[in-house]
Amino acid sequence: MTVELRTMSLEPRRHTFGHIARRKGADVPASRYEEGTLDLQATDNFHYKPLWEPEYWVYDTRKTAVVMKDWYDLKDPRQYYYATYNIARANMQQAVERTFSFVEKRAMLDGLDADWREKIIDTLLPMRHVAWGANMNMTNICDRGYGTAVTAPSQFAAMDHLGMAQIISRIGLALDGNSGESLDTAKTAWMDAPHWQDMRHMVEDTLVVKDWFEQYVAQALVIDAVTHAFAFDIMDSAGQTKGGAPISMMTEFMVEWRAEQTRWVDAVIKTAAAESDANRALISGWAKGWLSRAVDAVKPLCAHVVGDASAVSSIEAELSARFAKLGLAL
Amino acid sequence: MAAKKLGLKQRYALMTRGLDWETTYQPMDEVFPFDKFEGIKITDWSKWEDPFRLTMDNYWKFQAEKERKLYAVLDSFAQNNGQMGVSDAKYVNAIKLFLTGVSPLEYQAHRGFAHAGRHLRGVGPRVAAQMQSLDELRHVQTQVHTISQYNKYFDGFAEFRHMHDRVWYLSVPKSFFDDARSAGPFEYMVAIGFAFEYVLTNLLFVPFMSGAAYNGDMATVTFGFSAQSDESRHMTLGIEVIKFLLEQHPDNLPIVQKWVDKWFWRGHRVLGLVAMMMDYMLPKKVMSWKEAWEIYFTEAGGALFQDLERYGLRVPKYADVATAEAEHMSHQNWSIFYQYTHAAGFHTWLPSDEEMDWLSEKYPNTFDKYYRPRYEMWREMEKDGKRFYNNALPQLCTTCQIPMGYTEPGDPTTIAFRSSEYKGDRYHFCSDGCKDIFDNEPEKFSQSWLPVHQIFQGNCGGATVPDVLAWYNMNVGADNMDQAGSPDQKIWDAWKTKQEKVAG
Repeated sequence: MTVELRTMSLEPRRHTFGHIARRKGADVPASRYEEGTLDLQATDNFHYKPLWEPEYWVYDTRKTAVVMKDWYDLKDPRQYYYATYNIARANMQQAVERTFSFVEKRAMLDGLDADWREKIIDTLLPMRHVAWGANMNMTNICDRGYGTAVTAPSQFAAMDHLGMAQIISRIGLALDGNSGESLDTAKTAWMDAPHWQDMRHMVEDTLVVKDWFEQYVAQALVIDAVTHAFAFDIMDSAGQTKGGAPISMMTEFMVEWRAEQTRWVDAVIKTAAAESDANRALISGWAKGWLSRAVDAVKPLCAHVVGDASAVSSIEAELSARFAKLGLAL
Repeated sequence: MAAKKLGLKQRYALMTRGLDWETTYQPMDEVFPFDKFEGIKITDWSKWEDPFRLTMDNYWKFQAEKERKLYAVLDSFAQNNGQMGVSDAKYVNAIKLFLTGVSPLEYQAHRGFAHAGRHLRGVGPRVAAQMQSLDELRHVQTQVHTISQYNKYFDGFAEFRHMHDRVWYLSVPKSFFDDARSAGPFEYMVAIGFAFEYVLTNLLFVPFMSGAAYNGDMATVTFGFSAQSDESRHMTLGIEVIKFLLEQHPDNLPIVQKWVDKWFWRGHRVLGLVAMMMDYMLPKKVMSWKEAWEIYFTEAGGALFQDLERYGLRVPKYADVATAEAEHMSHQNWSIFYQYTHAAGFHTWLPSDEEMDWLSEKYPNTFDKYYRPRYEMWREMEKDGKRFYNNALPQLCTTCQIPMGYTEPGDPTTIAFRSSEYKGDRYHFCSDGCKDIFDNEPEKFSQSWLPVHQIFQGNCGGATVPDVLAWYNMNVGADNMDQAGSPDQKIWDAWKTKQEKVAG
C-alpha cells in the first residue's frame, strides 16, 4: 500500500543557472555543491588593480605557474559546501568532546609516563604552531587562488587547522590543569629547541611562497602528510607503551581528518598534473623539493621522541608511492 | 591535579592567542608584506580585544545547527512551491536585484576577508577575519541555494554570475567591492567591516530580509534570520577595528577619517538600489527609504558617531547631503530603470494610484511636486502606445558608475555635474562626494571599467543594443522589459487561476 498526497504541480522552466547548464547541459538538475561552487568567482572586467600588487588583478590566473584550461576541473570529491562542511566537522567535534570528558573524568592523563609527558609537551604540543602555519597558508591559498572549486575547500582546510591547533591546545590545558604553562613550554621549544628548528625554518619559508599552487603542494600535499604521519602515527605508536593511549583518543580527529583531506588533495593534484606535461613537471618538482625538506625537518623530531630517525623513511616511502599514483614523477 | 576553571575569555586566549610567533627565519615584513603601506601604525597588536572569543569547536557546532534548520526550511519551501506564495509576482524582482547585485558581493567579502585573515599581523583580528571569510561564503552559498528555487520558475536569475561582471548597473555594486578588494587590508576592514557591515548593513541586508518577511518569501526571510547572528558578529568586528585603529596611534585618525568619508559615500550610492527596491519594488512595503535612512543612519549612525567622537572621528563628510538626497534618490533611480527597462535584468512598472498615494504620504516634500507628474505623464504615454524608452546611452559617474541622473543638492530640477582633469583626460561625477573620492585617488579611479565607455569602445559584444544584450546573456523579452506581459507574469496568473479553481 502506498499513500499518495495530491499536490498542485508546477513544471519548472529551467533546472539550474546558466553557467551551470553550460557545463552540464540544460536538462540536468544541479547539486547544491555545484550551484554553490561553480563559476562563483568573478572572472571578467575588474575595475582597479590592487594597490598592494598592481602586477595582477585580484583574481588572476597568473598568480601560479600551473595552467588549467578550466580551474573548475579541480573539484572536491567530498562535494563540500559550507553547510555540509560544518555539519561534518560538528559531528567530528562531538566525538572530540566525548573523548575529552572521558579522558578527564578518569584522569587518564595521570597515567602518562613522566618522560613521555615531557615529550608530549615539547614535541606534540608545538604541532599547534605547525597547524597555525598551515592555517595561514591555506587562508592565503583561498585569498590568492583561482576559482571557487579550489579556494573554498582551502578556507575549510584553514579552519580545520585552526580547529586542530585548538584541540592540541586543549591537550596541553588538560595536562597543566588549565594554567597554560605547558603551552608556554611548547612554544619555547618551537622557538628555541634544536629539534624544532628545521621544521620552524621550513614552515616560515612556506609562508613567503608566492606561487599559491606551489604553496598548496608544499602545505596540503607534503607538510600536512609528513607532520601528521609523524605526530599521529609514529609518535602515537611509540607512546602506546608509555601510557599514551588517551592521547591517541584525543587526537582521533586528526586521523579521521587526514583520511578525508587526502581524498580532496589527491583529487586536486591528480587533476592538475594530468592537465599537461608542463603542470606535471612543475608539480612533481615542487613535491620532490618539499618532500625532501619536510622529511629532513621531521627527522630531528623523530630522533628526539623515539631515539632515532629511521622511522621517517617509511613516511617518505609511503608518500613517494602515493605521489607516483597521482601521476607525479619524483 | 584539580583543573582551574576557565572563563570564556581565558579559554579563548589560551587556545588561540599564543599560536602565532615572531618569525626569525623569514623577516616579519616578508611574512606580512601588506600591512604597512597604508600608513597605519600599530604599536601593540595584543591590545586587540577579541570581540567574539569563538573557538572552532563552538563555531562548527553553532553554525551546523543553523544550517540544519535552514536547509530543512529550504527543502520544504521547494516541495511546497513556496515561490508561488509570495505577495505578488512583482516581488520576485526584488530578489533578482539581490541575487545579481548583492550575492556576488558576499562572495567578494569571503575572499576579501581571507586576504585580511592572512595579512593582518595580529592573531586576534586574523582569526576573526577568517571566521568572517567563512561566514561570507555561507551567505553567498545559502543565498544561491535559497534563490535557486525562484530561478527554476522565474526569469532574471539564471545569468546572475555572467551579468554581475558585465551589466551596466551591476558595475555599481561590483566596482564598490573591487575598490575595497584592491585597497590595503586596513582600508578593506574599514570599508567592509566598519562602513558597510556596521554603519550601513541595516540599510542593505535588513530591507531585503524585511521585504521578504512582509511579502511572504519564507525562504529568504529564513535565510535572513539564520544570518542574523553572523551579521551581529560582523558588526562587532567592524566597530572593534575602528576603535583599535584609533586607539593605536593618533596618526591613524586622519587616514581612518578619509576612509570613513569615502566608504560612507560609496556605500550611500550603492544603497540607491536598495532605496528604489524599498519604495517601488515591494508590493507590500516595509517602510520608505527616507524612514529607513532616518532610523538607521540619522539616529543610529548619529549615536554611533557621537560615541566615536572621543577618538576624534567625526560624522562622514556629506552625510548631510546624503540625508537630503533621501527625499529623491529612490524616485530618481526608479525613473532611470523605467527608461532603460530594455537593458535591465528585472521588470519595471509604473506605480499604481495606491502606490503613488503611499509615496506622497511618505515623501510629502518631494513626491507630488517632482515625481508624480513624471509618472503620470509616462502613464499617459503608455496609454497612447508610446511607452517611453531612453535609447541613448547615459553618461556615467566615474566613481559610483551610476548614470548621471541625480540632481543638485537643493535644486531637484537641475542635474548635478562635476568633473576633474587627470593626465589630460576629463572625468565626470554625479556629486561632490564622488568627485572627492576620485581626486584623492585619481590613479585608481581613472581605471574604472565604465560600462558605457566600454560599449562605445566596442568591448561589449557590438555597437547596437541587441548586441550588447546578447553579450549580457540577456534573454530578451523575458529577463527585461515591463512586468506586464512578461512570461513571469503569465506564469503567475496561470498559477493563481489554477489555485482559484482548486479552491472552487
